[in-house]
Amino acid sequence: MKDTLLTIENLSVSFQMGQRTTKAVENVSLYLEKGETLGIVGESGSGKTVTAMSILRLLPGSAVYPSGAIYFNGKDCLGMEDEDIRKIRGNRISVVFQQPMTSLNPLHRVGKQIRETLFLHQTISRSEADQKALAWLDRVGLKNPATKLSAFPHQLSGGERQRVMIAMALINEPDLLIADEPTTALDVTVQAQILDLIQDLQRELGMAMLFITHDLGIVKKIADRVAVMKEGEIVETNVPDLIFKAPAHPYTRHLIDSEPKGGPDLADDGDKTLLEVSGLKVWFPIQKGILRRTVGHVKAVDGISFTLKKGHTLGIVGESGSGKTTAGFAILKLNNSTGKILLGENSLNDMAGTQIRELRKRMQIIFQDPLGSLNPRMSVAQIIGEGLSIHAPGLNPEEEDERIMAVMEKVGLDPAVRDRYPNEFSGGQHQRIAIARALILKPEFMVLDEPTSSLDRSVQFQVLELLKSLQKGFHLTYIFISHDLKVVRSLCHDIIVMKDGVVVESGPSEKIFSRPEQEYTRKLIATAFH
Amino acid sequence: MKRINQERWNRFKANRRAYVSLYVFGVLFFVTLFSELIANEKPLLIYHDGEFFCPLVKDYAEMRFGGEFETPADYRDPYVMDLIKAKGWMIRPLIPFSYHTINYNLGRPAPSPPSRTNWIGTDDRGRDVLARLLYGFRISVLFGLTLTLFSSAIGITAGAVQGYYGGIPDILGQRFIEIWSSLPTLFLLIILSSVVQPNFWWLLGITLLFGWMSLVGVVRAEFLRGRNFEYVTAAKALGLSDMRIIFRHVLPNAMVASITFMPFILGGSITTLTSLDFLGFGLPVGSPSLGELLAQGKANMQAPWLGLSAFIVLSLMFSLLVFIGEGVRDALDPRKVY
Repeated sequence: MKDTLLTIENLSVSFQMGQRTTKAVENVSLYLEKGETLGIVGESGSGKTVTAMSILRLLPGSAVYPSGAIYFNGKDCLGMEDEDIRKIRGNRISVVFQQPMTSLNPLHRVGKQIRETLFLHQTISRSEADQKALAWLDRVGLKNPATKLSAFPHQLSGGERQRVMIAMALINEPDLLIADEPTTALDVTVQAQILDLIQDLQRELGMAMLFITHDLGIVKKIADRVAVMKEGEIVETNVPDLIFKAPAHPYTRHLIDSEPKGGPDLADDGDKTLLEVSGLKVWFPIQKGILRRTVGHVKAVDGISFTLKKGHTLGIVGESGSGKTTAGFAILKLNNSTGKILLGENSLNDMAGTQIRELRKRMQIIFQDPLGSLNPRMSVAQIIGEGLSIHAPGLNPEEEDERIMAVMEKVGLDPAVRDRYPNEFSGGQHQRIAIARALILKPEFMVLDEPTSSLDRSVQFQVLELLKSLQKGFHLTYIFISHDLKVVRSLCHDIIVMKDGVVVESGPSEKIFSRPEQEYTRKLIATAFH
Repeated sequence: MKRINQERWNRFKANRRAYVSLYVFGVLFFVTLFSELIANEKPLLIYHDGEFFCPLVKDYAEMRFGGEFETPADYRDPYVMDLIKAKGWMIRPLIPFSYHTINYNLGRPAPSPPSRTNWIGTDDRGRDVLARLLYGFRISVLFGLTLTLFSSAIGITAGAVQGYYGGIPDILGQRFIEIWSSLPTLFLLIILSSVVQPNFWWLLGITLLFGWMSLVGVVRAEFLRGRNFEYVTAAKALGLSDMRIIFRHVLPNAMVASITFMPFILGGSITTLTSLDFLGFGLPVGSPSLGELLAQGKANMQAPWLGLSAFIVLSLMFSLLVFIGEGVRDALDPRKVY
C-alpha cells in the first residue's frame, strides 16, 4: 500500500424497519489508493450502493452500523460530527448518481445549482463563481456553455444533464469521486462518451474513484481493481485481467458466463409470412392556441415496413426516443396508427375494436417493467388466467386451474405458488409470470418490449434462454424491441435499426453485425461491444 | 390482498381512539335501530284474559280489553291500563314514549325540565326529548349512510368515466361539475322544499343532486394515473373489455382514496340534514330530528336541556366520525406499509 485514501474495515450495514432488521452489507473491507479506480460490481440488491453511500453517511435514518469503520484520509467518517461530514460531502468526496433527471432540482437554473456547491465550500464572489462554473461546463464538453448556464434541467438531454452533474461533483476538485451507475440510465452511444469524459477528468485531477456498476464490460474498461459483491459481501477483489481470465470465486464465473452470447436458433426460410407491415405511421398532433388547431406532428413512427415469417424473431433496435416501442404498440393496435398491418389475412387497421379484441389471443406483449405489468392486487393464478375468461369462455374452474398449472411449468415456475401475489417474487420470476400470461392464450406472435433490460445479467440470461426454448417448442414469432445489441444478437434473425421514427438499416442479423452499412449502426455496434 | 386488508385492519385497531370510536358508534347505531323497542308508548307485550297481544305489530281496539270504544287502545290512558292489569299484565318499554307521543300530564307548561318520567325533559309540545334523540340519531345516521352510499356510487362512476376515457368526456364532465357546483345549493333547496312537501326520500334526492361531486376529483385523478399503468396496457393487450379493466384493474387503486373520504362524507351528509332541519326546510313537521331540536333550543333559551342535549349528541356523533375517519386514513396510508 503506497498512499491509502480510503479504508473500509469490516463494515456491516442493516436497515431497521419496525421490528424487522434487514442486513444489507456484511463485513465489507476495502481500501482505495490515491488516484486509483476501484470498480464494485454486483447484481441489484448486492449492497454496492449501500456500501458507497455509507462513506458519506447518505443512507436514510433507518440504517444502523453494527460493526466496522470507514477512514477517509485517516479520519473516521462514521464517528464524525454531522457538521464535519458536511464539509467533506461535495468538497473532498463527491457523488454522481444514476438518475440525471431526478438528481437536479427542476426548479432552479443549472448555473445556480453549480454555484451553490461552490458557495458551500469556498469563499468566492459571484462573478468568480460564474466564471468557474462556465469553465467547468466547457470542461465537461457541453456545447454553448454560456446558454446552458441559464438553462433549466428539463431543457437538457439526459447526457447533458449527466455532464452537468459531473461538473457539479468535480468543481471543488475532490479527492474521491463516487460514481453510482452514472451511465445506466443513458443511451449506449452517450454512455461511451460519459465514460471517456469521467476517465479523462480523473486523470487530469488525479483523484480516486469508486465506480459502482452492474455492467462487467464497463468495469473491464475503466477500473484498476474490481471488487465483486454478492448479497452484501465482497466475494473477490482483483485486477480486471485476472477477474476475467481466472475468476477465483464461482459467483464471479457465473456473472461472466451470463453475458449473452451465441446467436438465435436456426429458423426455416421456407416458413410462411405471418406479419406484414407497410408504411406504418404514428403521428401525434401538436396543438396550439385556444382552438387547439393542429400546427404540426411529432412523427414518432414515420413509415416503417417489414415482413416477418412464422417462427422468426425480428429485432427492432435504436436509442431511446427512436420510436421502437411506439412501433411495437402500433403493431398490436395499442395506439392509433395509419398504414397497413397484415396479420395473416387480417388487416388490423381496417377492423373494428371488437374484432381486434377477438384477435388479441393471437398476438401478445411482454413489457419492460415486469412488476409494473402485473396487477399487485391479483394472485399469480388470477393474473395468468385472466385472458382465459375472454378467449376460452366456458371453462370450469378445474380446467382453468389445470391450464394455469401447465403453463406455469412451461415457463419454469412452481405451480404451487400460484396463489401468491406478485410482490413475493423476484424480477426474473415476474417476467416469467408475464410470459405465462401471454403464453396461456397460445399466441402466434409476441412483441417483447425490452423484456430483459430491467433484469440483472444472470437473470436476463435465463429469461432469454426461456424465450428461445419457447420459440422452438411452440414455433413462436417474436418482435424483440431492445437497445441492448448484445441481447439482440443472441436472439434475433432479422434486425431493423430505427432512428427518429424511421428505419435506418434493416437486414439479416449476421449481416448487420458483420457488415453494417450505415454510420449510425456502426456507432451503435461499436459502443455496445467495447 | 386478504393479507394487506388484514394488516390495515390491525393498524386501525392499533389506533385505540379510532377503534373505540368505531365500537361506540356501532353500538349506538345498532341500539337506535331498535328504537321502537326502547322508546314507545305502546307496550311490548300484553297478557290479557288468557291471550297474548303484541301492540307493536298490530292495533287492537279498546273493546278487546273490555273498554268502550272501537278505536285503537291508548295504552297510556290510566283507564285502559287498569282494564288490562285487572285481567293480566303488560311489559312496557324502557321509555314509555315514542317520538311523537305528547305527554299531557306534565303538571307545568311545556317544555318541562327533566323529571322521573321524562328523563331529559320534554320539548315545547310536551314530547319526550330522550325518545326524540334516539329516533333523531337513527334517522340522521340512516340518511347520512344512504346519501354517502348513493353519492359515492355516482361520484366514483363519474370520476371513473372521466378519468379513464379522458378527452371529450373528461372536458365536458369537468365543465359541467364546475357549473353545477357553483349553483347556490341552499336557495335551490329552499325553493324546492316550498314547492314539494319534503320527506326523507325527497330530501335525499335533492341533497344527492348537489352532493355527488365530492369524490369525482379524487377518483378521476386516480384513474388518470391508473390508466397508464403497464398492467392496464397488458390487460388491453389481453383483449379485456373497458368495463372489466375499469373494475378489475383501475378501480381498486381509487378505492383506498375513496374509502378514506367516506367517514367525512358521512359527517357532511348528516350536517346537511341537520342544518336543513334547523332552518325548517328539512324533514316533515313532527319528524324526530336533531336539527329541529336545536331550533327549539334556540327558541326556548329558558329550557337549556333542549339545546344542550341536541348539542351533546351531535358533537359526540361528529367527534366519533372524525376519529374513525382519522383512523381509516392512517390505516390505509400506503406510506406506513412496510
